[in-house]
Formats: sequence, structure tokens, C-alpha cells
Amino acid sequence: MRLLSDSIGRKVVMAITGLLMVLFVVGHLLGNLSIFAGADGINTYAAKLQALPLLVWATRIVMGAAVLFHLVISIQITLENNQANPTAYAVDRRLRATFAGKNMIWTGLLLGGFILFHLFHFTVRSVPGLEIVQVHDALGRADVFAMVSAAFGKLVTAAVYVIAMLMLYLHLSHGIQSTFQSLGLNNSKTMPGFAKFGGVLSVIFLLGYGAIPVAIFFGLLAK
Amino acid sequence: MSAHATEHGTMNIKLIVWRQPARDKPGRFETYEAKNITPHHSFLEMLDVVNEDLIKAGKDPIAFDHDCREGICGMCSAVVNGVPHGGQERTTLCQLHMRKFKDGDAIYLEPWRARAFPILRDLIVDRTALDKLIQVAGFVSCHTGGVPDGNAILVGKPEADYAMDAAACIGCGACVAACPNGAAMLFAGAKVAQLAELPQGQVEAPQRVAAMVKAMADQGFGNCSNHYECEAACPKGIEVKFIARLNREFTKALCQEKIGAISTTTAASGD
Ligand code: HEM
Ligand code: SF4
Ligand code: FES
Repeated sequence: MRLLSDSIGRKVVMAITGLLMVLFVVGHLLGNLSIFAGADGINTYAAKLQALPLLVWATRIVMGAAVLFHLVISIQITLENNQANPTAYAVDRRLRATFAGKNMIWTGLLLGGFILFHLFHFTVRSVPGLEIVQVHDALGRADVFAMVSAAFGKLVTAAVYVIAMLMLYLHLSHGIQSTFQSLGLNNSKTMPGFAKFGGVLSVIFLLGYGAIPVAIFFGLLAK
Repeated sequence: MSAHATEHGTMNIKLIVWRQPARDKPGRFETYEAKNITPHHSFLEMLDVVNEDLIKAGKDPIAFDHDCREGICGMCSAVVNGVPHGGQERTTLCQLHMRKFKDGDAIYLEPWRARAFPILRDLIVDRTALDKLIQVAGFVSCHTGGVPDGNAILVGKPEADYAMDAAACIGCGACVAACPNGAAMLFAGAKVAQLAELPQGQVEAPQRVAAMVKAMADQGFGNCSNHYECEAACPKGIEVKFIARLNREFTKALCQEKIGAISTTTAASGD
């Protein structure tokens, strides 16, 4: 039996890497929400995080591996699935499959593209045309608040982030409940509960993350 | 009596049917008129009527699979307006009745479509791939001989019910036909779950699930994306909880094998 080539082995890997990324998404959101406490809030959070290089690098390595495995396997299985069902029906009628479920590969690839963009935008700070000059606040800390405020003041940048969060919402509205089934933790009684849990969590991500560019663009965020 | 047709009222239905002379030959849709159909006709009887007209006109009748016509054999198989077996809950095509339709309706009829099910003719597909799964992994090894005493092996009522629910599968393949990935996980999951639940089947559970997953790939079935279309199309109410069980059995066996506790390549692998 092989984890990385058997059908269900890869399904388990998709679920575990997916869940790892969801965990990261939760942590990242909790951290980011400190921006609603103003410049001091998020700058303090960022400084504390930078003081923990071991945590930062461990997270980067685990997440990098998770994204890579998730990405490669998702492309593989999507191609295989298309080959296993090559002919469409003349009448395309589905009873249960959702828009989100049917478009996992597309929302996923867009997310993958967004992750790259996001890293080059705010971490490496070298997206052509969107270069960011690191400034420091009165306490000499990296002024993350100023950086994010400047970025989301631009309509295009704010829109890119909001659209990416819509993709995340779609991906996870199918994905979160799906992991329980993939890992064999599901049964007929738990199914509706998992579906609700996944739905609620993905809406929280959409509203939580989406609120940041929206609030900044419309000037609702107090310094 | 439905609102659409009275006791003696008949209806005319437009059928748009996939016609394909043989495997690997090109096929196309042909349109036919089903005339004087009563609400009491079953779907297959309606096709019988159309075929009689076709034969009288010197044309080739529509080839379709059927046998028991009472919802137990799993032979009947056609996709009606995009839904295998026509979409009435827990109903095979042979048990679907024309009272579900009304005069003037247009019905698209297509064969099961999946790589693992090559079309043999018109609406008939080759479902040998499902038989292969059973040959390779859908059995319990036992010695022949005298009939064992009843109740020699005790099975609890909940376990018996669970296994019975899984065993209700009639092997029609609608789950594969409905799956956007051409996967057979519901069929395979039902068999793996049924046997893993019972004492007689538990012995070989790890080897069985390993063989089943390999056989599905060998037969050209796809992977599961948890769309649950299979459950919605299944005429026997087989639930996707059995796919979760299949995943659980696989993960358990994989872990046991990786720590060296068992081997899934020896013993009953069906070879
Ligand atoms: C890197 C780009 C990504 C691609 C190409 C991608 C693609 C996919 C695809 C195609 C599936 C469905 C797999 C199937 O058919 O069973 C899937 C499932 C999933 N994805 Fe992604 N995804 C990506 C990023 C992400 C991210 C960033 C997250 C989380 C924040 C995520 C979380 C999930 C989850 C939870 C599942 C469900 C796994 C399961 O069915 O058990 N994905 N992904
Ligand atoms: S699981 Fe349901 S749809 Fe699939 S073969 Fe069995 S009876 Fe038919
Ligand atoms: S003909 Fe036997 S189940 Fe329909």
C-alpha cells in the first residue's frame, strides 16, 4: 500500500495538507485581526512574531511542504479523474455536487497564485510596481500598519485580496467538510454537522480577512 | 392518479436516445416518438412500446439492459435527463413509472458514461469492471465442508443491520455513472464495509481494502472528490458513510503495514 500513489492514500494526504493549511489560516487570521487595534496592535504583534524565528521558520517549512504536496497531488488526481470520465452527458444535471466542489482545482490554482503573490508582496516586498519600502514606527519597530494601509489604499490591490478571499471561501466551503469524509471520520449522523462547521468557518475566513482590505480602502480603520 | 393524465389518458413523449452500433463505433442521438403511453407503463415498458414500433417500421430496436424488472437484479441502466435511473429516490429505472412524466415531455436517454464502462451498444455498457472488483477483493476466504451451526459465530444486531444495509447494493453501477470522476467508491465502499463489519470478514480486512483500492485503479475507475453524487443516484440508498469506512479501513491497514504489523501483499489477495 502506498500513501503517495494509491487513490485513497493521496486523498488522505490532500486532507491532511488541507487541514494543516486551514490551521495556518486560523492562526494567520487571529494575528491579522490585531490590525483593528490600530498601528500599535499589529506592530506589536509583528514584532513579537519576529522575535520567534524558530516558530516562523518551522511554520514556513511545514506550510511550504503542505502547499507543494497539495498542489502536485491535486493536479495529478484532477487529470486522472478527467480521464476516468471523458464523456460528458448531453444533459448536465447534478443532484448534489456544488459549484465549489466542482471547481476545487480552479479556486485552488488561483489560491496558489495568490499565495505566491502575497509572499512577494508583503514578505519579500518585491512585486514590480508594488514595491514597499520598509518604514519604522516611533518605537523603532517595522511599521506593518503603514505598509498594509498604503497597499490597501489602492483599489486594485484591495480588490485582488478580496477576490482571493472569495476563492478561499469557495475552496474551503467544500474542502473543510470534505476532509472529515476523506479521513474516514464521517458517518450519516455527523455529516450535516461537519457541513455546517465547514460552511461557518469558511464564512468567518471570508469576513475576517476580507474586512481588512475593505476597511482600509474605505478609510474605516483608525490609526 | 397523477394530475397529468387521467385513467384512460395517454401521452406522447419525445425520446432523444443515444444510438451506437458497437463498441468503439461512433454514436449519435436519434429522436423518436413514444406514442400512446399510459401512466401505468414502467419506463422499460415504454421502451418496449417504442421498440415494437421500430421493429414494425423495419428499424433497429433500441438496445437496453434489463432482467428482473422489479428492482433487484441491477441490470437496467440508463441516464434519464442527466440522472442515472431517472432520479426518483431509491428507484431503479425498471421501477420508474411514466406517471412521473407528462404529455409532450422530451427525455434524453444515454448510457452510463465512464471509462471503466465501455459502451457495447446503444444503452448497454460493459460492467465487467465491477465484477472484477468483487473477484479481486469482494469475498471472504473459507473452507468448504459442512454447514456451520447457526449462531456459532455471534453477530450483534447493529452490526448485522449495518452489514445488511451495505449488502443492499445490486451492482447496477449508477454510482459510477453519476460520479463526475468515474469512480466506483460507493460500490467498493459498500462491499469493504459490509465484510469488515462481520467477524468472518474482519480477518482479511486489511488485505481486502488494499486489493480493492488497487483493483479500482487497474480497472480504470477515478478518484473520489466527495461530491456525493453517487449517494444521490443510488437506487438502493447506499450511503457515503460506507466510503468513509473504506477510507478508514485503508488508513488503518496502511498504518498497520507501515509499522510492520501486517502485510497486505501476502495471504488472500485474490490471485
Ligand atoms: C496551492 C494551490 C491549491 C490547489 C491547486 C488546490 C487544489 C485542491 C483540489 C483540486 C482539491 C480537491 C481534491 C479532490 O478532488 O479530492 C483540494 C482540496 C482541499 N484543499 Fe486545496 N488547493 C490549493 C490550496 C489550498 C489552500 C491554501 C487550502 C487551505 C487554506 C486548501 C485546503 C483544501 C482542503 C481542506 C481540501 C479538502 C481535502 C479533502 O477533500 O479531503 N487548499 N484542493
Ligand atoms: S452502490 Fe448503489 S448505485 Fe452503486 S452499484 Fe450499488 S446499488 Fe448501484
Ligand atoms: S431490471 Fe432488474 S433492477 Fe431493473
